[in-house]
Amino acid sequence: MKALSIKDVSMVFTVPGGDPVRALDHVSLDLQPGELMSVLGPSGCGKTTLLNIVAGFLSPTAGRVVLQDPEPDGAASVVTGPGADRGMIADTDASVVKGPGAERGMVFQQGALFEWLTVEKNVAFGPKMAGKPSSDIKATVEHLLETVGLQDFAKKPVYQLSGGMQQRVALARCLANDPEVILMDEPLGALDALTREKMQGLVLRLWDETRKTIILITHSVEEALFLGERLIVMAPRPGRIEREYRLPFAKRGLNESPRDIKASPDFIEKREEILSMIWEMEEEIMGRAEGVGHG
Amino acid sequence: MANGKQPSRWMIWLGLADNSFTRQKTVKFGDASAVNSGRGYGIISVLAFIILWWVATASGWINPIYWPALDAVFDRVGKLANEGFRNVALWDHIWISVYRVLSGVVYGAVIGIPLGFAMGLWSVAKGFFDPIVEFIRPIPPLALIPLIILWFGIDEFAKIFLLALASLFIMIIAARAGVSSVRVSKVHAAYSLGATKLQVLIRVVLPNALPEIFTGLRTAMGVCWGTVVAAELVAADRGIGSMIMIAKNFLNTDIVVIGIVIIGLIGFAIEILMRMLERKLIPWRGKG
Ligand SMILES: Nc1ncnc2c1ncn2[C@@H]1O[C@H](COP(=O)(O)OP(=O)(O)OP(=O)(O)O)[C@@H](O)[C@H]1O
Ligand SMILES: [Mg+2]
Repeated sequence: MKALSIKDVSMVFTVPGGDPVRALDHVSLDLQPGELMSVLGPSGCGKTTLLNIVAGFLSPTAGRVVLQDPEPDGAASVVTGPGADRGMIADTDASVVKGPGAERGMVFQQGALFEWLTVEKNVAFGPKMAGKPSSDIKATVEHLLETVGLQDFAKKPVYQLSGGMQQRVALARCLANDPEVILMDEPLGALDALTREKMQGLVLRLWDETRKTIILITHSVEEALFLGERLIVMAPRPGRIEREYRLPFAKRGLNESPRDIKASPDFIEKREEILSMIWEMEEEIMGRAEGVGHG
Repeated sequence: MANGKQPSRWMIWLGLADNSFTRQKTVKFGDASAVNSGRGYGIISVLAFIILWWVATASGWINPIYWPALDAVFDRVGKLANEGFRNVALWDHIWISVYRVLSGVVYGAVIGIPLGFAMGLWSVAKGFFDPIVEFIRPIPPLALIPLIILWFGIDEFAKIFLLALASLFIMIIAARAGVSSVRVSKVHAAYSLGATKLQVLIRVVLPNALPEIFTGLRTAMGVCWGTVVAAELVAADRGIGSMIMIAKNFLNTDIVVIGIVIIGLIGFAIEILMRMLERKLIPWRGKG
């Protein structure tokens, strides 16, 4: 796995006929290989923007994103333009992310599956594009569908699946490509509470099995606490990192029951702390918006 | 009403009583899906039309020059089927018209789809063709008939050229709409899975655009069917439109009416066929 560095990234959206929006303001982050980091923050604080920059879908106004091989003299790459990230050497030992690439897998909130393909063909998409031999692809797909519990649905068109099942297909599709980093933008946001809890367990298990570097955006404080070894809380206007936590719950979740962890006093204490922090931020935003409204 | 008497199967089939779906609905006025088909009334209207036809012509109330008698029409259909019209079999008249439509649509699609894709994906094509497309789009193809006769005369090529032109712009616009309807997250997902631009085009943009392209094909078929008949009215010696026109000159009103009915039936058949094909070929339509 590679380490991921977000170096002093700023993003200003210029809107025709409006004030520029400072969606991100000097955001810096370092992720160790295999780390699972969750991102929380009030709506509009730049979470999706940050993820899109790491994925290479957006080019930041300033700063850069670097993928770094953890080996002492390993290569690294900077993210900058379509496809150029693979093998592109910018610094002596780092590659800057320049566009989307297969080493950064994406799991979208919803609606990013290919509805004209069956479940197995969706999962096989990445390896097939890479021209892998079909026997390898078949084995990978079978294994992954079993991992996410969809082996019986392999031949179904994806639109016949429930929302929770579709997100499992999305996870499997992403993993089939064996990416270095997995980026998830509210992957469980559209699911009901129960399915969501089950899926959290699946994400944790997959992380444990694959030890991928994962960034997971969520609106649920509980989910962020439960899944994130690290948790960053972002604040809006301009979008920035407000607080950072290191949490024991993800590791514990591998052995203990999720319900017990979520009911434990230290979990609840952290949850309330973060909730009130985000609450305050929202209040401040609303207050300001009101001020504008009446001013 | 859960305890109400079940309406008979016949009443449901005739669309006069609520079926199991519309029965669940309480709000009916304003919910188009809750309106019963009323098929029974459809049967009544068709029968009424035929009876009116029969009575009006059999009683001598309408001069057969303006509208033929019902039995005369049946006689004529039999004769046309056996002997043809003006040395050309009835089937050939129909087939030549259908053939012209199919060729026109195929040529239009083969050129129009790649052009529409280029316009959706590439700024040079977008900028270059946009004024042409927007200018020609509102011109009805029939308005081009005089020009095309001046250029190419009235032979087969001229007709297929006109039809190809009519479907070309429909297909360009459909393909362009298909490309721009692709959800960005799907394109992003494909790139993140390591797809190249060519792979994104073939594996994501193309299948995504297929429903729109199919709608375009259906529209093109309909427009071309109307156009071919009109073109044949103007200048042709074979085809269902020319049959009507020639029959008119001989005051064969029965053949004119038969031709009109055939045109309607074939237009209807084309629509039904395209819908069936669409359900078969693009089952994911509207499910993204
Ligand atoms: N393409 C764009 N053009 C202009 N402004 C944008 C654009 N994309 C995002 N923004 C602005 O940037 C800010 C951050 O947006 P972003 O989508 O990253 O927020 P978010 O944290 O993901 O919010 P949410 O939790 O609601 O998904 C917002 O104020 C938004 O209005
Ligand atoms: Mg977002």
